Amino acid sequence: MSADLIALSAAQAAVALHAGEIDAAELFSAYADRVAGEQIGAYLWREEGNPLVERPADFRSTPLAGVPIAVKDLFCMEGVPSTAASKILEGYLPPYTATSIARLQAAGASVLGKTNMDEFAMGSSNENSGYKTVKNPWDETRVPGGSSGGSAAAVAAGLAPWATGTDTGGSIRQPASLCGLVGLKPTYGSVSRYGMIAFASSLDQAGPITRDVTDAALMLKYMQGKDERDSTSTGLPDEVELPSATDLNGKRFGVPSTIDWSGVQPGVKAVFDAAVERLTALGAEVVEITLPHAEHGLSAYYLIAPAEASANLARFDGVRFGLRSEGEGLTAMYENTRHDGFGAEVKRRIMLGTYALSSGYYDAYYGRAQLVRTKIADDFRAAFNKCDFVVTPTSPTVAFKVGERVEDPLAMYLSDLFTVPMSLAGIPAISVPAGLATPDGAAQAAPGDDGALPVGLQIAGPAHSENALLDAAFAFERATEHMPAPWER
Amino acid sequence: MIERKDVEYVARLARLRLSEEEQERMARELGAVLGYIEHIEELDLSGVEPTSHVVDLVNSLRSDEVRESLPREAALANAPEVVDNGFAVPAAGS
Repeated sequence: MSADLIALSAAQAAVALHAGEIDAAELFSAYADRVAGEQIGAYLWREEGNPLVERPADFRSTPLAGVPIAVKDLFCMEGVPSTAASKILEGYLPPYTATSIARLQAAGASVLGKTNMDEFAMGSSNENSGYKTVKNPWDETRVPGGSSGGSAAAVAAGLAPWATGTDTGGSIRQPASLCGLVGLKPTYGSVSRYGMIAFASSLDQAGPITRDVTDAALMLKYMQGKDERDSTSTGLPDEVELPSATDLNGKRFGVPSTIDWSGVQPGVKAVFDAAVERLTALGAEVVEITLPHAEHGLSAYYLIAPAEASANLARFDGVRFGLRSEGEGLTAMYENTRHDGFGAEVKRRIMLGTYALSSGYYDAYYGRAQLVRTKIADDFRAAFNKCDFVVTPTSPTVAFKVGERVEDPLAMYLSDLFTVPMSLAGIPAISVPAGLATPDGAAQAAPGDDGALPVGLQIAGPAHSENALLDAAFAFERATEHMPAPWER
Repeated sequence: MIERKDVEYVARLARLRLSEEEQERMARELGAVLGYIEHIEELDLSGVEPTSHVVDLVNSLRSDEVRESLPREAALANAPEVVDNGFAVPAAGS
């Protein structure tokens, strides 16, 4: 029975709950038992009770009727430990809940626990967690990607039917790709940032990490919306629909001719080429586009995001919450608290951001990065005159080995090559499983091949094109051979 | 590489104490990252307007009405040190 419950996607579970075919408390327990015994470091906190045992009688009439969910530890939840995987927030119990999570709860979602992540969402491998490393359920010697690595690992391992993530430069899409899942970064402003522990405020956006495209649409539907507590939130102009497209007739997909394939594994390239062929077979027209400034996206991103982070993280000063390390006087207390509380990558980004904003360097670095950001947004505007969607690989490589890039921050940053341009432009992008590659990334692989690892296709659309984007991703998903996830094996 | 004295200066601006070893590592790693980033100097960006925000929003206001705020006890509940209903800090001198 328990295995049958785990086999249901979130959307399927909601249908079964509404029909009274399964019991919400049993569904929660089936996952909670698995979470209690998990060995991959996916969770930082788990709900030990069963909130669905004594639920109100009208609970079944909520849209999600109790479907369990995992929440990235970046989201504050009232009275629940919320640390952003940082030692500086150990023991912090927020007095409020993030709007996006409160909305999902109001829609009937039940929180299983808080998932592990790179500290303050800074990282692409989840090795920067202040608490523990997350293992990729496809191959436990490899990383799950990051920063939403705990969320992706939890879904891939059947420790949650779905999970929330956040994406600043790829932190939903890249772990989804490396764990064989769907990950959607919505248009900037669609989902409220209120109660999300801030990293880079002009880029941060919450979204779903799910088993399939339908679940991604379902979660977005109940997460999104304008919020007066986040003055930059706009919500989506149209109601989010569950996707239904079966073909791509009349849709134009742009493939950037400006991609430098030298840094992309051949197996990833082969999966991408096959994916583009499938788009054509579904009736799509594939056109060549150019994104001439995308190659500078990484540089702009690694100036803008750390600059904003250095300002946002100034609030961790040992005064109002979190860790305090004493020192001789106020300044020494600040400096010691931040020395002891932040991990190496967070310190690196604070330093990089402070440097980029400091007198004498501001124009050359931060100022220039903002100009590049304009050019990147312009590139996409021009591209969307020629096509409906832009497609690229999500990640240049398959999941890499734990430890492989820890000593080389620049190599780690290159993981975000394909995902940061969309973040800088504020447009929506989804990663959908596209195929498998050999563990060394050298060639394409088939389901069942020893050690084969997932490869994702990134599809991006213009601002507020979520419904069209989800439909396109859905048609592609239907035409792609199912790759059994680790929890299915 | 960036210079050690720059690392010390920026760390002071960021109110971040770094050990000797951290300073050395930071000089090396920031140097490598900045070396990569410097490629944006090659771009011709004359006449381009900066983007600080991607959404065209002007004055997103809510109605000015009194409503409940976070209770004082809740706001103070996570503080390392509380004195007389306020956040307590060490003396600012020295």
